Amino acid sequence: MNDDAYDVVVVGAGIVGAACADEFTRRGMYVAVVDRDMVGGGATAAGMGHIVTMDDSEAQFALTRYSQQLWQKLRPELPIDVEYDQCGTIWVAADEEEMIEVRRKQDYYGQRNVPTERLDAQTLTRLEPNLRPGLAGGLLVMEDAVLYPPCAARFLMERAQKQGATLHLGRSVAQAGQGRVTMTDGFEISANIVVNAAGAHAAKLTPGVEIKKRKGHLVITDRYTGFLRHQLVELGYLKSAHSISNDSVAFNVQPRRTGQILIGSSRQYRADQTEVDNGILARMLQRAQEYMPGLAQMLAVRTWTGFRAATPDKLPLIGPWPGDSSLFLATGHEGLGITTSLATARILVDQITGAKPEIPIQPYLPSRAAMEHAHV
Amino acid sequence: MHMCSQITMTVNGAPIVVPSGTTVAVAMAIAGQICRTSVSGEPRGPLCGMGICFECRVVIDGKPHRPGCQILCKQGMDVKTDE
Repeated sequence: MNDDAYDVVVVGAGIVGAACADEFTRRGMYVAVVDRDMVGGGATAAGMGHIVTMDDSEAQFALTRYSQQLWQKLRPELPIDVEYDQCGTIWVAADEEEMIEVRRKQDYYGQRNVPTERLDAQTLTRLEPNLRPGLAGGLLVMEDAVLYPPCAARFLMERAQKQGATLHLGRSVAQAGQGRVTMTDGFEISANIVVNAAGAHAAKLTPGVEIKKRKGHLVITDRYTGFLRHQLVELGYLKSAHSISNDSVAFNVQPRRTGQILIGSSRQYRADQTEVDNGILARMLQRAQEYMPGLAQMLAVRTWTGFRAATPDKLPLIGPWPGDSSLFLATGHEGLGITTSLATARILVDQITGAKPEIPIQPYLPSRAAMEHAHV
Repeated sequence: MHMCSQITMTVNGAPIVVPSGTTVAVAMAIAGQICRTSVSGEPRGPLCGMGICFECRVVIDGKPHRPGCQILCKQGMDVKTDE
């Protein structure tokens, strides 16, 4: 069975696929979106929803900051259930060594016009009285925000549909490329452009894509209004998030509008099963309690896992896939897909329509891996 | 005749006397108070009555989210409607 030919078919209705569908249709293209489950049901539903500027690399900074600014522009249009809240991030420094990192980070952001405030121990305690005493201080990044990702994805997809996109849910994709997407039930959609936005499943659809599943755990508590005011992340997070090989946990907590607290985070490779791993969950909660002892008294109402789509160089894959002129990638966002979804869509559609992107796109091109191999 | 002892406690700041053996969820009903307010602002109270549904959460002596149907009233207990 064949459908009418589309300009674009997007595989994956997570927040990245939804943002792409929105952007393509905004520029007048005829778009179909396919997902095996639902809108925003995979990593989008599992993640925290932290809209954060990051500085692991210039390329990561450029993409996260650009995308954060796109979220800020979109904010007046977001429905209330997206729960966009510019609560700010505090990077928590446990000791004087980590305060050196606070100063480096503040300089880096300052040079790039990202407003921050350095917090001494007293100010940190005043802003977040439930942190344990004896911490050295922190860095407040006040334009960072939180939102509720499934509703954000739904908003973007509904807007894409109003702009003419068609949505096919509950259909598994067997093959994507060469100008068409074929479902396991035989249904086929033809398009000039195929976008693989399948997150951690992207490598199954496009062999050769270097993406690994990186498992994470989250816990959400009952409502404790006022206990936590900012997203708090330990500066040691950088060490754990950078560790490519080992399982790691870090203190990373987020206040929800309901008064609930999201507690993270964990990172595991070679863990393909969705079940909660009580060993790493215990380590994660232990770490969180070291920073906020009061968490130990709270009721947790739900625990779950999800899979980040991790690339070897920690940057997403956005652009044409070498060897198939119809195929483009928009995946590999690891833990930053909610933040960078909007910028991903912009620079992908810019590439396809010939518009000039607002940031350099080379660091995200999927061909970079192939080029690295060629240089060896 | 068996004499049932009485317990004096407060519900949302007002004193109330209940027979011993009364659960906190029942004390809330006697006092005409709701157990908690949902995220969307709706009044909530006991549904399952056996500690599973957590609809009857109350604040007991400053501790939030206590299952009111599973806890017996005690002398001097301070109970408040939960968020």
